[in-house]
Amino acid sequence: MLGKTANGLYWMYRYLERAENTSRFVDTGQRIALTRLGSSEKEWGSILQAAGAYDGYMANHDEITKDAVIDWLLRSKDNPSSVLSCIEAARQNARTVRTALTHEVWEAVNGCYMRTKSTLSHKVNERDLPAVLGVMRQRTALVRGATHGTMLRNDMFDFARIGTFLERADNTARILDVKYYVLLPTVMSVGSNIDNVQWEVILRAVSARGGFRMAYGNNTNAQDIARFLILDRRMPRSLSYCVSKIQDNLGYLATDYGTSLPSHDLVGTLRSQLSDHEIDDILNIGLHEYIQDVLKKLGVLGRQIEIDYRFYE
Amino acid sequence: MSDDRIYDEMLGEGGGIRPAYSTFHDWFDGETPARLRAKQREAEEVFRLTGITFNVYGRAEAEERLIPFDIIPRIISGREWQRLSRGIEQRVRAINAFLHDIYHRQEIVRAGRIPLEMISRNEAFEPKMIGLTPPGGVYTHIVGVDLVRTGEDQFYVLEDNARTPSGVSYMLENRETMLQMFPELFSKNRVQSVQNYPRDLRRSLAACAPQVANGTPTVAVLTPGIYNSAYFEHAFLADQMGVELVEGHDLRVVDGRVAMRTTQGYQPIDVLYRRVDDDFLDPLNFNPESTLGVPGIMDVYRAGGITIANAPGTGIADDKAIYSYMPEIVEFYTGEKAILENVPTWRCSEPEALAYVLDNLADLVVKEVHGSGGYGMLIGPTATKKDLAAFRKKLKARPGNYIAQPTLSLSTVPIFTKAGLAPRHVDLRPFVLVSPDRVEITPGGLTRVALKKGSLVVNSSQGGGTKDTWVLED
Repeated sequence: MLGKTANGLYWMYRYLERAENTSRFVDTGQRIALTRLGSSEKEWGSILQAAGAYDGYMANHDEITKDAVIDWLLRSKDNPSSVLSCIEAARQNARTVRTALTHEVWEAVNGCYMRTKSTLSHKVNERDLPAVLGVMRQRTALVRGATHGTMLRNDMFDFARIGTFLERADNTARILDVKYYVLLPTVMSVGSNIDNVQWEVILRAVSARGGFRMAYGNNTNAQDIARFLILDRRMPRSLSYCVSKIQDNLGYLATDYGTSLPSHDLVGTLRSQLSDHEIDDILNIGLHEYIQDVLKKLGVLGRQIEIDYRFYE
Repeated sequence: MSDDRIYDEMLGEGGGIRPAYSTFHDWFDGETPARLRAKQREAEEVFRLTGITFNVYGRAEAEERLIPFDIIPRIISGREWQRLSRGIEQRVRAINAFLHDIYHRQEIVRAGRIPLEMISRNEAFEPKMIGLTPPGGVYTHIVGVDLVRTGEDQFYVLEDNARTPSGVSYMLENRETMLQMFPELFSKNRVQSVQNYPRDLRRSLAACAPQVANGTPTVAVLTPGIYNSAYFEHAFLADQMGVELVEGHDLRVVDGRVAMRTTQGYQPIDVLYRRVDDDFLDPLNFNPESTLGVPGIMDVYRAGGITIANAPGTGIADDKAIYSYMPEIVEFYTGEKAILENVPTWRCSEPEALAYVLDNLADLVVKEVHGSGGYGMLIGPTATKKDLAAFRKKLKARPGNYIAQPTLSLSTVPIFTKAGLAPRHVDLRPFVLVSPDRVEITPGGLTRVALKKGSLVVNSSQGGGTKDTWVLED
């Protein structure tokens, strides 16, 4: 398998994951705006931060308004993380690795691109927003389904998965980092309830409201949310889960190729860190510091994978 | 050009349906226009989703476009095909013998059948190939011979594409689409299959592997990248053959072999099916500006470390000036008369020919000797006075750059229009695979059709479309 192909698959799935996350952020922001529970400007600002799009937005706008933020996140060509930019980048990568994809996956990603392009060709009306976001969810889910149903479980699949979970871990860490100040005051006094709106934002942004209720019931406290998003092994967007998946797939590569590489050590260290810690330890270290540390390690891991598997010359 | 001079492949004299089309025509009569229109739209949807697109050079916005597909098949009888394929095989064998000869002893020049300057002064002649015999002795592994028809048994070769002919993915996808949309047509007609082409291509390329290859030869397709007009085809063929699709920056010379960068290090390639022009193949040996090729690949090639398909320097065989000598070339190497006819050609480098061409410009087609894709040509009968005057100037300035041919009355095949079936001009590009032990021709090929009424230009870059091409089992 070509290094370039590994690179293309990794980024194709990173971008697909990012597109999905960004559209989920838009959904979350819109939800808060509709319930009028928080300060709109502040909430949209933290949405931009969680989506990693705050600086870019501020460089192009004077003020934060709902319409402008939604447009920036959904369809701006100047925003490399907008849904439209991500889907275009995913499809561009898919074209370069076309020979590594099954017909079904290619059609799903090309169909996703065609639909996104036409849906987002003009500004989205507020009344059309739920339908548009629904289409995005369906289309990216279709690619994921085709991937699971038709791709061989070989090294190509491993790189696709590694891209997906690195992006996802990054995303979950960022939403936590943006919102840690909400969690902070209350985690110190164990058991106290946090503001409904705020936990709604966090859980909605990682599609985890149902999962959380199932695992912890209706009594929300900050500690449980932090534990759920960082350490829970059942939650498919938790840091612990994502890192364990990256470790699994890197492990399959090590077995297939018969070589262990520096990235395997890095992921091993990160994995034990996440499984050895209890939530109290993390809160003692400081939530912000802990998340920053994980984000940094994810970045280092990503770069090491590129080197180990010869993504570039 | 009056209509009665044009051969229609479906309608015979007096409007009767020719035998090859009779089953199809009965089916067509039972269909409603509305259903067929829906099918035509469905076909376009399939092509768009599959991504069967091409990029048009020199247009900023139109990055990816569909080549229009017409749902009416072009049908060739088994008997017609047999004769055609004999003619094609003869021609392709002659081309390979010719290439070996001009890069070695040049017997054909010694025999006085081709003037020396046609070779020595030809831009397509590649001095680096002198004295070099490619693995298996094959120069043109893949050839696409462009044919046009003017009558019942009259086929002319328009050009021999001996460098890197494209279009085979359309042949395959057109068939795939037709099979999906009109399965009933294929149970009524016995159409010869084209679907083995990728398998045959891989086998044929592997059979030309260099001696240094160990075990099953490693084959790869070299593409200029996703912005190339034929990228879809490069990816398609690599995928269908189950081989890697590489770009120049994936490759480098390692231990005397051309190797590709894989996730586990560099791995040598035995056969490179390159879809990159000679000039861009090796910046050390050819165009130093090229970033599409592999520095040093020619040195590996000369040392027998890799097979390049098609071989560098094959362009001289499909050069439009050499084309005019093809009847002599076929006869010289096969000892037989050419089965397929050549279009009479005036070489404007010769003063008498130039004078004739200038006097009769309005009746002729003028082409650049090294041109392709329908760019830079003049079609006299449809040209404006201004076009003619401009071309006269070009001809006088660089006569050696042009050849001229009479306008042929290309045959027509019906296409599906709002008003029902309507005849349009077509050509045919069958695809030929050459390996040391055989020449294989896929039954059918790519039919290109000029969608505009009366137009003779079938190139996709100039508004042409394609059709599925059937060869019936007799």
